[in-house]
Amino acid sequence: MINGRRVLIVIPAWNEEACIADVVREVRGELPGVGVLVVDDGSTDHTAAIAGEAGATVARLPYNLGVGGAMRLGYRYGYEHGYDVVVKVDADGQHDPRYVPKLVDALDEADFIIGARFAGEGDYTVKGPRKWAMRMLSIVLSRLGRTNLTDTTSGFVAANRRTIELLAQWYPVEYLGDTIEVLVRLMRNGYKVRQVPVTMRARQAGIPSHSPIKSTIYLGRAFFILALSMVRR
Amino acid sequence: MKLTILTAIIGFALLVIIFELMRRRQLREKYALLWGAVAIVVVPLALFPRLLDAVASVVGVASGVSLVLFLGLVFLLILSLHLSWEVSALEEETRTLAEEIALLRTEIRERADSDQR
Repeated sequence: MINGRRVLIVIPAWNEEACIADVVREVRGELPGVGVLVVDDGSTDHTAAIAGEAGATVARLPYNLGVGGAMRLGYRYGYEHGYDVVVKVDADGQHDPRYVPKLVDALDEADFIIGARFAGEGDYTVKGPRKWAMRMLSIVLSRLGRTNLTDTTSGFVAANRRTIELLAQWYPVEYLGDTIEVLVRLMRNGYKVRQVPVTMRARQAGIPSHSPIKSTIYLGRAFFILALSMVRR
Repeated sequence: MKLTILTAIIGFALLVIIFELMRRRQLREKYALLWGAVAIVVVPLALFPRLLDAVASVVGVASGVSLVLFLGLVFLLILSLHLSWEVSALEEETRTLAEEIALLRTEIRERADSDQR
């Protein structure tokens, strides 16, 4: 319970045995009384067992679906178990659970909250095509949502009951679709999306890619998905 | 004349394969009908390649064989598009099933745990 609301933390994890236990323990330590669901997205290592030992409920997908599949499962679990709020937290430790109450409180005023970097807190920087992609997404989505959004691809998000109900049925499976397309769909259907500034930490495992080719592909895909989601029914 | 023999053999082989697959129920009915129709068109054309010359001259194609080639290409394009669509639908279905199974297994484990206590 956070402010009288039943909160479920959903952590999608794919081969994250190195840090999943720390993330689960930290969430449970910082946020007593919330549900913690680790969605094991077809891992071939011991992610599921380790997460279970750390005290999380584990839902195990029979094969790898990608973040979209894992998250729809998380929202469905939250919906069927009557949670008021579902917060997505990444398994690599970059999302600080101490911000969760802040996100949950912000749901008083909105249906979907993005924990955003670049919003005054923290010192996260990107360069090149990736930066242009993020910039373009921010401008377009801010206008669409009639609000100021600075970090639309953030994976640190919170959804209220109304939004959970939608995302439990519909959640795109493609990479980037799970952030951009979700936002566009929510906004076009009159859901209120707002952001809350957060600081993100360095990942505990894995390194973010900075290759220029990958960033350019990222820009292209972001543009494609954005354009597609605008014309989709 | 040699070419006609070759195309006729291929046409009949196709007919036999399609019929055999249908007979063994390896093809869903909707595809069986489609491929049955294809076989019925292909076999006469294989025996008499000049059959479409009249139609070809009406639409402005030099020979019937070229027209068949063109129509065959269009047909294959549409077919592969249809198969992509079909695969997308199947992927969505298997995704839903995978999620459903994961939910059920979680539910079962939760019940078992609460029974033990």
